[in-house]
Amino acid sequence: MFYRESGDFKTSYVQDQQIFPIALDRVFVGIVIAFAFLVVPFLIDDYWEKSVLLPVLIWSLAAIGLNILTGYCGQVSLGTGGFMAVGAYASYKITTAFPELNMFIVVLLSGGVTSLVGIVFGLPSLRIKGFYLAVATLASQFFLVWLFNKVPWFYNYSASGQISAPERLVFGVAISGPNAPPWATYLFCLTFVVVFALIAKNLTRGRYGRSWMAIRDMDIAAEIIGVAPLKTKLSAFSVSSFYIGIAGALFFLVYLGAVEPTEAFGIDKSFLVLFMIIIGGLGSILGSFIGAAFMFLMPVLIKNVFVGGFGWSTDIVAHLIFMIVGGLIMFFLIVEPHGLAQLWRVTKEKLRLWPFPH
Amino acid sequence: MSPDILNTIEVILNGLMTGVMYSLVALGFVLIFKASGIFNYAQGVMALFAALTLVGFQTGQIPFAHLINDMFGTHYHNWGVGFNNFIAIVLTILVMILFAWLVERLVLKHLVNQEPIILFMATIGLAFFMEGLGDLMWGANIKTLDVGIPSGGSFWWEDVTRTWASAGSEYYGMYIDVLDVWAAAIAVLLVVILTLFSQYTKTGRALRAVADDHQAALTVGISLRTIWVIVWSIAGMVALVAGIMWGSKSGVQFSLSLIALKALPVLILGGFTSIPGAIVGGLIIGVGEKLFEFWIGPLVGGATENWFAYVLALFFLMFRPQGLFGERIIERV
Amino acid sequence: MKRMKLLAAMALSVTMAGTASADLVIPSLEYRTGPYAPNGIHFADGYTDYFTLLNERDGGIGGVPVRVIPCETAYNTEKGVECYESTKGEGALVYQPLSTGITYQLIPKATADGIPVHSMGYGRTSAANGKVFSHIFNYPGTYWDAASIIVKHILEQEGGDLSGKSITLVYHNSAYGKEPIRTLEELSKKHGYNLTLIAVDHPGQEQKSQWLQIRRERPDYVLMWGWGVMNQVAIQEAANIRYPMDHFIGVWWSSSENDVIPVGEGAHGYKAIAMHGVGDDYPIYDDMRKYVLDAGKAAGDGSNLGKVLYNRGMYAAMLAAEAVRTAQEMTGVADINSAQMRDGMEALKIDAARLAELGLPDFGPPIEVSCGNHGGPGLGAIQQWDASAQSWSLITGFIGADRDVVDPLIAEDSSAFAAENNITPRDC
Repeated sequence: MFYRESGDFKTSYVQDQQIFPIALDRVFVGIVIAFAFLVVPFLIDDYWEKSVLLPVLIWSLAAIGLNILTGYCGQVSLGTGGFMAVGAYASYKITTAFPELNMFIVVLLSGGVTSLVGIVFGLPSLRIKGFYLAVATLASQFFLVWLFNKVPWFYNYSASGQISAPERLVFGVAISGPNAPPWATYLFCLTFVVVFALIAKNLTRGRYGRSWMAIRDMDIAAEIIGVAPLKTKLSAFSVSSFYIGIAGALFFLVYLGAVEPTEAFGIDKSFLVLFMIIIGGLGSILGSFIGAAFMFLMPVLIKNVFVGGFGWSTDIVAHLIFMIVGGLIMFFLIVEPHGLAQLWRVTKEKLRLWPFPH
Repeated sequence: MSPDILNTIEVILNGLMTGVMYSLVALGFVLIFKASGIFNYAQGVMALFAALTLVGFQTGQIPFAHLINDMFGTHYHNWGVGFNNFIAIVLTILVMILFAWLVERLVLKHLVNQEPIILFMATIGLAFFMEGLGDLMWGANIKTLDVGIPSGGSFWWEDVTRTWASAGSEYYGMYIDVLDVWAAAIAVLLVVILTLFSQYTKTGRALRAVADDHQAALTVGISLRTIWVIVWSIAGMVALVAGIMWGSKSGVQFSLSLIALKALPVLILGGFTSIPGAIVGGLIIGVGEKLFEFWIGPLVGGATENWFAYVLALFFLMFRPQGLFGERIIERV
Repeated sequence: MKRMKLLAAMALSVTMAGTASADLVIPSLEYRTGPYAPNGIHFADGYTDYFTLLNERDGGIGGVPVRVIPCETAYNTEKGVECYESTKGEGALVYQPLSTGITYQLIPKATADGIPVHSMGYGRTSAANGKVFSHIFNYPGTYWDAASIIVKHILEQEGGDLSGKSITLVYHNSAYGKEPIRTLEELSKKHGYNLTLIAVDHPGQEQKSQWLQIRRERPDYVLMWGWGVMNQVAIQEAANIRYPMDHFIGVWWSSSENDVIPVGEGAHGYKAIAMHGVGDDYPIYDDMRKYVLDAGKAAGDGSNLGKVLYNRGMYAAMLAAEAVRTAQEMTGVADINSAQMRDGMEALKIDAARLAELGLPDFGPPIEVSCGNHGGPGLGAIQQWDASAQSWSLITGFIGADRDVVDPLIAEDSSAFAAENNITPRDC
């Protein structure tokens, strides 16, 4: 029924180079995007907005960012939390300094700031590799969080060091602050996610994506065939940080509304995003979405079923969530080390070839 | 000597002691990485789990009491009697060996030949799992751990050092925690035992063979899987030691698992594959972060230790990307 | 995939199933897991047990049963948000988040939703100004009250003169830990002591540098704003360097048995500020044992009764229950809603006689909340740990804060918040 196009019938390069070469994929993605833009906003309420859709969208964006760095360029980073903090604090400083500035621009500028910071902290990657790099990126994580906690300028000298998102309007509708309607915040985030997911998809297919992957697969070999490691690695750090910065800005402005750096952007966030891309699939945009949804929604789902459905006590369920999530991570790694996206890819290939797989 | 110099010495000395405490955690990482190439993120949680189990045996807690009570409406919490220190420690070691066996059986066996990052992720999954399991088994409340190691500042050392200060200056003597001295002694003992074990026993030699070359070891008839169980068991015991030392300081509770974060800079500084590296790395990090906090900390508002340890390690990596004692990374196309 | 969908559908039906039955819904955002679980468990047990007691003994409040909805936050802000969103639709009357981070989250949100938040002795201090923060309450006292009361206690110890003395604040490097700094700085100007600030990063397993610094500088007093493992380590290190424990004073979140028992003998004499009485020598505990514990309805294993944080949870529940009662009396409706609850909290008045009636004679100071003052009386006592008896005891009566210092600070900070968020202060 699905994926039964029975063969490749591409007759031009343009056709062959489409983002989604399979017609059904195009239709499917189109339907999902249309549904997300046209139908969901009418159904959404506070719970779905704050507990399901916004976090999944924002984490997906962060996961795409990290996936560019880790999945495509092969540089393992544990600094995601710190870079999200840069995005959040940049957006806070920008929007409080220029209250009239359009929020789209604020968020994009925050991404830009984070991108610059990312380049600086990406410099060690030219010399350090593998797990050594992963642990070294923790330096940026801890340093950035410490910095935002310590320097009062970043939080506008407020008494406690918390930053709160002021109310800002886009096209006359509030998208931050307590009075923002759920559909508005949702659409705001969705726009960013869809646009930047498509850009990422294109980027990874193009010249830059290919040089990233060359570096990932073997950096010395890549260097020999003429891929400049400096430019390539730093561009990956920069693009990746840009995405993560945008995610951080949205995380603060739209989703949480008030953050303090140690708690909201701690080391566990860095690990969480890494889990997402590994569970979802390294080097896959779709995997970033699946991973984010899985890692964020799984605990909520388990909680709702066991606490709400079966009436178990919350602490037992909380311990069980740890065990189940941990167990599932191990299970998926054993079954499919390349992530959930790979499972989907394999299924799709099988479907396309069925019933004559040979 | 002037009090300023003495104060600096005091900071260095305490830095060394703290470094030893970090090394205790880092040792477990190194053992597993060396033998199997796995960066075992669960090491911190293993320390927590071992300490929880030890306290559970000492106080005679019933495992899973909370779960059982919740399911069946009963009210059991305690067997009423606990074991003495020695038996409790032996039992805990047995539990850690069982744990090692299970990990090999259920997880590692299926992940042979995967990329390092996949194995790393699996250990993170393991860490999650054990966090939940530990709490579910023994409860999330804070527990006091006492195996009879003395703690507190040393009077003797304070008196000795007071006489070092130049006459007339106001100096209270130097501070050193007896618990830290014990930890240092135990760490030395641990390294000696590990070295003897790996140099002079058959299993130890097999371990080193595996660390050198998996495939060559396999061809001469060393069972990789047995070696892994042994390594994880040893790492479990090291985790128990770390758990005891840290647990004596702060009580046994969830936060104990976070000590892994203090061991990571030690690891990259010393190199993932070197036991002496873990010790020396620990000492450098310990002294470095304490001195930085002592000299620079007050100028920038303090609480610098968390990030400075990483920056220090990063600095060393710039010159030696494989860590001070790590095996040279040789890349071929 | 199918099973996932089924589960998702189940979860959906579960979360969406709002009940319309007449009961008073009180969500309990609690944390029994995570780094702060040891403290969270005690508080949550006390909070839940008190409502269970009311249900079992009196059939609820004013004849309407209380339904407590537990929700695990693990002290994590995002989980807190999820908990808030999933419970508010059930008709939640009041939130007690027990976390600074979650409180800051809920301040704008709960205000917009019209649900009161009771951040009891934590959260944003300037929320004490009810003119600006209409839905946020932090009675019976704030951090700034606590800082001022501790300084007053020190003043008393030193015979009324602090000039030339030195005080060091050891604080959790977060919004929570930074709260008292402003007040302590103001007070140092007034009383002439030298203030040193020492930050400890989360989680605070390792505080050697900090305590070596204290040992070198020998401050006359050390104050602590800590939480979780930081408390135990700090008290342990203080004992190790043989700092005089009766000169070491913690805030009310650094004052539980969890913090001192692991240290053993060394913790003897450690002081902390208390917002309520200690121990289980109150008549209410007879009822608690009879109706809740012995009936097998306790939230925990029952071993926490009378512990500091259990008492605090119970106290929080009692204040909520009294606010419900006040609201019921004001409106004449038994099954009140959150708006009426807010009014009830604002009109809350508990005097010594009422406390005795509740089985908690002299447990806390009399409380009176008003439209302008959501911070309550701002009183606190000093408690001290006796390591051999393994118990806390109050060593002073309830002391008032230095209102001349605290009130202007509250006014300043809340007006800044009002300006930032375009809030016109209410007339009171």
